[in-house]
Amino acid sequence: MRAIPRRLLSCTAVTAALTLVGGCGLGATNVESATDAGERGPISFVTSDTSGIVPTLIKRWNDKHPREKVTFIELPEDADQQRQMMIQNAQLKTDTYTVLNLDVVWTSEFAANRWIDELPADSFPFDKTLGPINDTAKYRGKWFAMPYASDGAMLYYRKDLLEKAGVEEPPKTWDEMREICDKVLGEQKSKMSCYGGQFEKYEGLTVNFSEAINSAGGQVTDAKGIPHLDTPEAERGMDKLVKSFKDGTIPKDGITFMEEQGRRAFEKGNLLFYRNWPYQYAISDKKAKNNEVAGKFGVAPIPGEKGPGASSLGGHNLALSSTARNKATALDFMRFMTNEESSRLKLEKASLAPVYTKLYDEPEYVRKFPYLPVLKKSISGAEPRPRVVQYGDATKAVQNAAYNALTGKQSSAAALRNLQRQLRELAP
Amino acid sequence: MAAFLVSPTLLVLGLVIAYPVLSAVHSSLYSVPDIDPETGFVEKGDPFVGLDNFTAIFSGAGDRFWNAFWNTSFLTGTSVILETVIGLAMALIMHQGLRGRAWVRASILVPWAIPTAISALLWRWIFDSEGIANSMLNAKILWTTEGFQAQVAVIIAEVWKTAPFVGILVLAGLQIISNEVYEAARVDGAGPIRRLWSITLPLVKPALLVAVLFRLLDALRMFDLPYILIGAGKHSVETLSMLAQDEASNVRFGPASAYSVILFLYVFLIAFAFIKLLGADLLGARDEAGGGKGARKRRSRVAGDDRNPQKEAIA
Repeated sequence: MRAIPRRLLSCTAVTAALTLVGGCGLGATNVESATDAGERGPISFVTSDTSGIVPTLIKRWNDKHPREKVTFIELPEDADQQRQMMIQNAQLKTDTYTVLNLDVVWTSEFAANRWIDELPADSFPFDKTLGPINDTAKYRGKWFAMPYASDGAMLYYRKDLLEKAGVEEPPKTWDEMREICDKVLGEQKSKMSCYGGQFEKYEGLTVNFSEAINSAGGQVTDAKGIPHLDTPEAERGMDKLVKSFKDGTIPKDGITFMEEQGRRAFEKGNLLFYRNWPYQYAISDKKAKNNEVAGKFGVAPIPGEKGPGASSLGGHNLALSSTARNKATALDFMRFMTNEESSRLKLEKASLAPVYTKLYDEPEYVRKFPYLPVLKKSISGAEPRPRVVQYGDATKAVQNAAYNALTGKQSSAAALRNLQRQLRELAP
Repeated sequence: MAAFLVSPTLLVLGLVIAYPVLSAVHSSLYSVPDIDPETGFVEKGDPFVGLDNFTAIFSGAGDRFWNAFWNTSFLTGTSVILETVIGLAMALIMHQGLRGRAWVRASILVPWAIPTAISALLWRWIFDSEGIANSMLNAKILWTTEGFQAQVAVIIAEVWKTAPFVGILVLAGLQIISNEVYEAARVDGAGPIRRLWSITLPLVKPALLVAVLFRLLDALRMFDLPYILIGAGKHSVETLSMLAQDEASNVRFGPASAYSVILFLYVFLIAFAFIKLLGADLLGARDEAGGGKGARKRRSRVAGDDRNPQKEAIA
């Protein structure tokens, strides 16, 4: 009984306030209540929080909005579990979860299943962010999320060893990296290997595989989700990784590396170059028992075939659960959580990579986080991971193909052919 | 009146057993909705496909299912055999009147007390490329990569964890065997090996078979150990449970339910066959020993059986 009048009311409110195309009635089946602008009240924010910054931000909001309080629902650290809990909430159609903190690769799936609402295009200053970030907030050209935090790959390298060998600049291409390795490692090659990344069979492999393909000028999938792995560029990218494993450029146990294993190997002095996210910077820079690289390493954009490589894009976006209530409050809260002021706090207190371009250039931040200029380059040139609705299947297929090629079970060409076929089936 | 008195139990059983099973069977008959190419949205409602999810395992897409099926069977078979042998040995040790027997018992039971997820993490460290396993073997085996070594790692961790379970059940069986039987055997001049084969094993068999049955049923559902120790999506250790979980996490509840139903039937079949075989076996053993009273023995099951063979052994 209550639902009908409220819906009518919100419909008029929406059309009046935002003159949304389609508005209500029949057209509203596509854009189901993009903003129920009439509704305000308590909501919830659903996210994991390893840095402890979320309660501080929520308190700031709650102090200002005593009648629209936000409850913090903390999810486990594991990304798969977060996704599962959010999907469960959507399938039960409860209003427990309001604002969701989504990994950038989930946008398509959540949007296509209508678990999240389309957002009004003017709800977020999309022109002030680093370009590639916005692509992760869109599904089929429409906005479904607001950028919350970003992440990009960097090449960590042993500055001390490079200097000792008379190398002044970190490598920009794969060939340069090989040359530097030959020069620096010389005889001690047995102890130290040239390069490392994440090659265990998990999401990290999708990231590293995509970077290899993109950095060779290829493309895993385009904006529509259509795969393009039957190109010579893709094969060269794949081959580069396969050969690096074969000739020992990447150590043998690299196939078991996730972020942390590789970081430990780098800190122990077993790797000259290591590809990782910015979070490692602070850890490796701290003196510790098993860390011999504190103060001795630098960062650079990851190398590519003919110039700097293209990073995979990490990070999170905020989205609005379609079964939630008080969506007007939710939109305001999402704007608050993603605005510049909050981004500053997230950078200062939790080292979360900001989405706003200008924060990367402020001298005070660059002094505190010396990697920011490199990260800016990395994210500006980054490519999103495959944007497909069934991302879970796509990433499994990618991992299988890459793993088979890296372990020599299949040739690069055969693995890519298989993958092309599998991803084609998942494409629209 | 009797029906009325057991009705709460039946109700609970229906709620926790019948309903989930029927619900799984029901949802296994549905498939996944397509994406509308116009709007890009997933269509509402799961389409009914009948038995397609089941017949799919016999088509090209069934490779992954059969791989998981053989993995499940192989991991179960090998680990249960090893557990039984080692568990039996443990029970025999625990049963000895050694000094510090309480300590031995407690220490043997520690692995069983550790939650599987935790022990999987522990073994993950051990099997790390720079872990204890490699430094002890003085080798550079990449245990957690795809291949036979991953299966070995899972079996080792599984046996380490569950052999104590077999041990404890067998120990209970050993403690019922009265000392007089052994004394009689010793008087008759039977050596320790003869006593093990002719007295201990036959008398402990009912308890041992129950332990093995429990382990079989448990191992067939194996999920957490390979999932955490080796990793999700590694084909060489993917079990049926992992396959079903993967399908469900990708919001394909139809196929996920179908795999679960197949696993359910598989477990059911094995349990049924095992109990049948076990019954036949007991019967055979008794016919050899004394024969004749078949009808009564056929009715008697595992629990009530330990008295009769004892008498026969004494005789």
